[in-house]
Amino acid sequence: MSTATAHDTAHDHHGPPAGLSRWLFTTNHKDIGTLYLWFSFTMLLIGGAMAMVIRAELFQPGMQIVDPNFFNQMTTLHGLIMVFGAIMPAFVGLANWLIPMMIGAPDMALPRMNNWSFWILPFAGTLLLSTLFMEGGGPNFGWTFYAPLSTTYGPESTDFFIFAVHLLGMSSIMGAINIIATILNMRAPGMTLMKMPLFVWTWLITAFLLIAAMPVLAGAVTMMLADRHFGTSFFNAAGGGDPILFQHVFWFFGHPEVYIMILPAFGIISQIVPTFSRKKLFGYSSMVYATASIAFLSFIVWAHHMYTVGMPVAGELFFMYATILISVPTGVKVFNWVATMWRGALTFEVPMLWALAFIFLFTLGGFSGLMLGVTPADTQYHDTYFVVAHFHYVLVAGALFSIIAAVYYWLPKWTGHMYDQTLAKIHFWWSVISVNILFFPMHFLGLAGMPRRIPDYAIQFAEFNQLASIGGFAFGLSQLLFLYILIKTIRGGEKATDKVWEKPEGLEWTVASPAPYHTFATPPQVK
Amino acid sequence: MRNLSVNKHLLLALLGLGNVVYAGSVFAEYKYNMTQGVTPISGEIYDLHMMVFWIVTAIGIGVFSVMIYSIINHRKSKGVKPAEFHESTEVEVLWTIIPFVILIFIAFPATKTLLALEDSSDADVTIKVTGYQWKWHYEYLDDDAKGLSFFSNLDAESNEARQLGANQDLSQVDHYLLNVDNPIVLPTNKKVRFLVTSNDVIHSWWVPALGVKQDAIPGYINDTWTYLKKPGVYRGQCTELCGKDHGFMPIVVLAKPENEYKEWLAQKQAEKKAAEEEAKGVWSLEKLMTKGEQVYNTSCAGCHQANGKGLPGMFPAIAGSKIALGPIADHINTVMNGKSGTAMQAFGAQLSDADLAAVITYERNAFGNNTGDAVQPSDIKSAR
Ligand SMILES: [Cu+2]
Repeated sequence: MSTATAHDTAHDHHGPPAGLSRWLFTTNHKDIGTLYLWFSFTMLLIGGAMAMVIRAELFQPGMQIVDPNFFNQMTTLHGLIMVFGAIMPAFVGLANWLIPMMIGAPDMALPRMNNWSFWILPFAGTLLLSTLFMEGGGPNFGWTFYAPLSTTYGPESTDFFIFAVHLLGMSSIMGAINIIATILNMRAPGMTLMKMPLFVWTWLITAFLLIAAMPVLAGAVTMMLADRHFGTSFFNAAGGGDPILFQHVFWFFGHPEVYIMILPAFGIISQIVPTFSRKKLFGYSSMVYATASIAFLSFIVWAHHMYTVGMPVAGELFFMYATILISVPTGVKVFNWVATMWRGALTFEVPMLWALAFIFLFTLGGFSGLMLGVTPADTQYHDTYFVVAHFHYVLVAGALFSIIAAVYYWLPKWTGHMYDQTLAKIHFWWSVISVNILFFPMHFLGLAGMPRRIPDYAIQFAEFNQLASIGGFAFGLSQLLFLYILIKTIRGGEKATDKVWEKPEGLEWTVASPAPYHTFATPPQVK
Repeated sequence: MRNLSVNKHLLLALLGLGNVVYAGSVFAEYKYNMTQGVTPISGEIYDLHMMVFWIVTAIGIGVFSVMIYSIINHRKSKGVKPAEFHESTEVEVLWTIIPFVILIFIAFPATKTLLALEDSSDADVTIKVTGYQWKWHYEYLDDDAKGLSFFSNLDAESNEARQLGANQDLSQVDHYLLNVDNPIVLPTNKKVRFLVTSNDVIHSWWVPALGVKQDAIPGYINDTWTYLKKPGVYRGQCTELCGKDHGFMPIVVLAKPENEYKEWLAQKQAEKKAAEEEAKGVWSLEKLMTKGEQVYNTSCAGCHQANGKGLPGMFPAIAGSKIALGPIADHINTVMNGKSGTAMQAFGAQLSDADLAAVITYERNAFGNNTGDAVQPSDIKSAR
């Protein structure tokens, strides 16, 4: 009773309560956004540490550091943690911080559910990580957990993995419902759909993808659980089931999932590029339509991950055509960004540097994606390091870089302090160089025939692996510099102005820096 | 490491010791690009790969040039005033249609190659390829092969060198991780059809030079094919994560002209006969133990470990196990029929009577088990 009263009083004074309970019981979109972002950063470091183990073992041929089973646990958990722990929560954190401020709403539409959808995450993450300490080890079947390797042959801890995935899925679905409810109901007067900032648009579409895709994943792991313990044979050929069914179900979730991790990135880049080009975003409405087309296409291309499973040729043709078609709306996005810069008045502050790196490197990842979409050529690329190179270009140099760009763009608004721009530029150049040393050689490795997910390799792959490992260690280290810059900025620094940048567009720049605990208690009027 | 050894070779060559040829072959192995391979399909795939590569390179150069031009010339520091334009339906339509046309241009050859790749009809030779954790099994299905079948494991030298902390000079190991004990032998200039399946989890049979990658899936028989133009040795690996030793189940294809292929078939038949004859006699404990250790190391050590201690929580130990120390009949039953719902396979169909007798004897006497039991090939025969 007394805490409830204290809570209410705190609200009356428009300030956060002090101590741990502020974070545990918070329903404030900014607090929850901060929690999401810190959770994501913690997971980035943990998943990154696992990547360091992987790169250390692959530094030279022969087995030196870990045994193959532990290596498989590292690749599996690295993938799961980066996808579900680092990238997705970071975007939800950004959505929490920014969407209400961008549309002129006082908070998210469902603030208590917002609290819950965050607080599920640390438990899910801990559950997933705890499997590493169980007898028989953690999940070792890859983040794609193909049956029957994950069912009949999975370690005991697989059940904990299944439960963790259920929790992560619930968190995502609740987050998505909240975002949709907020965007559709809480926009300030005059903020029509076609006036919304692109970050809001891309998140609206992403939220629908989440609601459609996550239950499919939940279905897949539930069927796994039934196969493991309740005598069903959904995926067990010996019982009349079908291991390929698992892949269809998984990728029906999995392909939209990759767009869940990239559409908000498109939104972020579409916010940053106009600001530092001092020019309006080129082709706003075509950006919205392109995002919607990508989202639609993402549901009819899933089997391009399965070109080698022995599908009928008509199916392979359909999925090839649909897949390469995605490069059309994706190309439109890149062309629009370039046209926005064209004849602008460009400056190269830190967020713009990251955004430019995103456009260059994401486009490279898109090119290898087009190559992978061509079915006969995929016969050679599939499950090699060429694929590893491709998805790290789009997910690290793409999604992660966009998140870092967003942090550098909005951090002064969040903290009220401008960060140390020299250090931030060092962070940028260090990351952008090392990320290419890390991932570019992987194209060569894959083309020369190195399969992915192997703990040891033939000696002709030694040089490029060594190079990739060196790039990997450097890239890992550069994110510690990021952590230092963040902490330094939160603790102090040059006072940021309300606009922060010369001519940014959007309602978030009309409030004070740092943004007050409650913003837009009375909705602004949008012209 | 490589740079060092290359420098050494160059030095030797300069000293007139003539190692240039060897250094050259080291470079030849070293590749940046996809192989053109040795089959019509692998060549078509390579051409397709290069075509798409050049198309995306051209697009990349175009887009990036515009961007870089903008970055250099449209800077605020140069005093430019930003333009006002921010939409153009014509331009949007144009850069939707042009990529679409390029895609159609890619789709035609891709469709043609895909249809050829999927046409496994009218094969001259048919071979069943079965993936096992962690080895391949080949079965020649044609009449003249008389049911010839064998397993293909990572060869012993690589297997020893790849152990954690083995710390060997890997450049001295013959084709480290890409060598097997029994390669699959194929005739050249014949259409060879593969029926690919799996005994346990999903594997994938990939030989880059053949342009063949086909998933091996339990419960399914996938087919694919190849047509080798040149005799030679072609190496590949399993490309679908299949558990602990996924990285250690390579593929070696030996392509031989038809007459040599026929000779090889005949020789394999003779070997099989001889082994069957030998299995008929009574084996000494010593002979069983020697053979048993070999069989154990190729078929059992992957899970139960070379020291018989297993991996706690994953694979049970043989040392001091209830089965290895219990009744012989139960032990034979477990090895031959496996244990459903676990990774323990049914080895009855995989190993010969002599191999089974030897490996069971070995398990009952090695690792401090010391039961003194000798299981004979005839015991296995009667248990079948
Ligand atoms: Cu395999």
